[in-house]
Amino acid sequence: MSRNDDNWLLRVRNLTKIYGEPNENTLNMTGPLFNSNICPETDSIVACAGIDFDLYPGEVLGIVGESGSGKSTVVKLLYFDIEKTLGAAWLRPYTNGLSNILEESNQKKRFIRNNLMGMVYQNPRDGLNFRFSSGGNIAEKLIMAGNMHVGEIRGRASDLLNKTEVPVQRMDDRPSSFSGGMQQRVQISKAIANNPPLLFLDEVTTGLDVSVQARVLDLIRELQQDLGIAMIVVSHDLSVIRMLTDRTLVMKDGRIVESGLTDQILQDPQHEYSQLLVSSLL
Amino acid sequence: MVENKKYVNKYNFAFIDEATKKEIRRKLLKAVAIPGYQVPYSSPEMPISRGWGTGGLHITLAVIGKEDVFKIIDQGSDASVNACNLREFVHMMTNCKTTFDTTEATLIQTRHRITEEELNEKQIYIYQVPQPEPLRSVERYENKTRQMHGEADYAKMWVSLYESFVRHGDIMLGAGYPVKVNGRYIMAPSPIPKWDVPNINDSKALHLFGAGREKRLYAVPPYTKVEPLEFDDVKFSVEDFSTYECFKTGYNKAYLDELYFDDGSKHFVINDSNFLDKLVEHAPLKQHSNKYLNKLNEA
Repeated sequence: MSRNDDNWLLRVRNLTKIYGEPNENTLNMTGPLFNSNICPETDSIVACAGIDFDLYPGEVLGIVGESGSGKSTVVKLLYFDIEKTLGAAWLRPYTNGLSNILEESNQKKRFIRNNLMGMVYQNPRDGLNFRFSSGGNIAEKLIMAGNMHVGEIRGRASDLLNKTEVPVQRMDDRPSSFSGGMQQRVQISKAIANNPPLLFLDEVTTGLDVSVQARVLDLIRELQQDLGIAMIVVSHDLSVIRMLTDRTLVMKDGRIVESGLTDQILQDPQHEYSQLLVSSLL
Repeated sequence: MVENKKYVNKYNFAFIDEATKKEIRRKLLKAVAIPGYQVPYSSPEMPISRGWGTGGLHITLAVIGKEDVFKIIDQGSDASVNACNLREFVHMMTNCKTTFDTTEATLIQTRHRITEEELNEKQIYIYQVPQPEPLRSVERYENKTRQMHGEADYAKMWVSLYESFVRHGDIMLGAGYPVKVNGRYIMAPSPIPKWDVPNINDSKALHLFGAGREKRLYAVPPYTKVEPLEFDDVKFSVEDFSTYECFKTGYNKAYLDELYFDDGSKHFVINDSNFLDKLVEHAPLKQHSNKYLNKLNEA
């Protein structure tokens, strides 16, 4: 798909999250140059600052960086899990990209979350309700988008579980009785239940063993190809980024230090920190 | 010596002092204005402990006037202990006329039933509510449930109904089936049986709910839409008594109680004592009409 200034799906400008009470120097005295995201004057913590990017339909964008670099914060802000400090984001399918989704009311945010976005967390406990069956978890997402027909809900849920290779016989079991890989796949089913144009993946393979990791990654790649969902993939693992993404942002201390095509960054990293990341790839 | 006229009576009319009555009435007005919304209120001390019908009693005493005719039932019966004691108390405090007759009463307080006879526009129907929060079973934190109500975020409630259907093949809620009031708030109709739930819909009477222990009031004004939660393909249904009948009257289009006699034999009897008496006496009766009952009558 051709990319130009007008056909973006998600546009993010100056996205910033600061914990504590910043002063006017906070943003100038933190970041990769200072090797810290804690403001020396106010002790406030800059989780991420000045994040700008555009995401295009069907594109997979990677965000890579070490722990604490603010990469999860970015997707959590965009999924409304936490409140932004500064910044704006526009989502094309919502009011044709005219209103800043970060400023909407909770009810509208819930609508956007349920109809236009999906999220897969590192820990399935964050994305799934372990008191409901796996079918019930998928049903929750469908019900929130207004589907009130149990037969249709169950049909859709079994389709999704099929697609993500979870045995359909286990639809009415609680995810607590599933293996980690299966839980993750149920989470993916739930996230894509309403065919959202945008999916966030936050460290989805961390904590899974290598063979399961590979199958989950395969699944994500297949879904991406079949459904053409745009994704933001957060990972500290460069091999995940290499396998899934077209374009990558490298983050350090809450800032983007480098962005570009994934291949380019992996072959020819420009920033000192990206070089370190790539050279430490096993 | 100056004669003390102010304190000649031991109690104010209807026990509660006027300022507190005013407070409760104002909260009731708010509750009526926002059907199904739970309004916090003072829940003042009563001579019975909270959770034993104080919520209903507060409302009754706040709205009762000297001309009112009072009826109170406990699970359909005018004669059970809870009903007798509260009737006695209200009578002592107000000197109002009391009655067993549903149509004669202007104020009916109830525990867990709606009378079988149709209510009229002059009646106020008052419920004693143990748990006013319908979302309590899916969300234990009060601040969270209030936010859910505020944003009409009821997905969890729906998922619990879905789960119940998946696990048991039906929505397994016998009493206190959640309803949506006026297309907005989900409300706990107090633990009335499913049989009674359709009778709140579009009712001619004003329905007031009081939860004394939880300190909440809510209301369903007359002619308000009250729909039990149901899916497009899994529907709400009332109890099925088609294979039983009341052993005294042979009637089965009313809510029936199961009884065991001393010889171990099982019988059914109409739960609403005044309705039963009237049936036995062949007195004129007009039952509620709702689509579930109408279907029974057509068959």
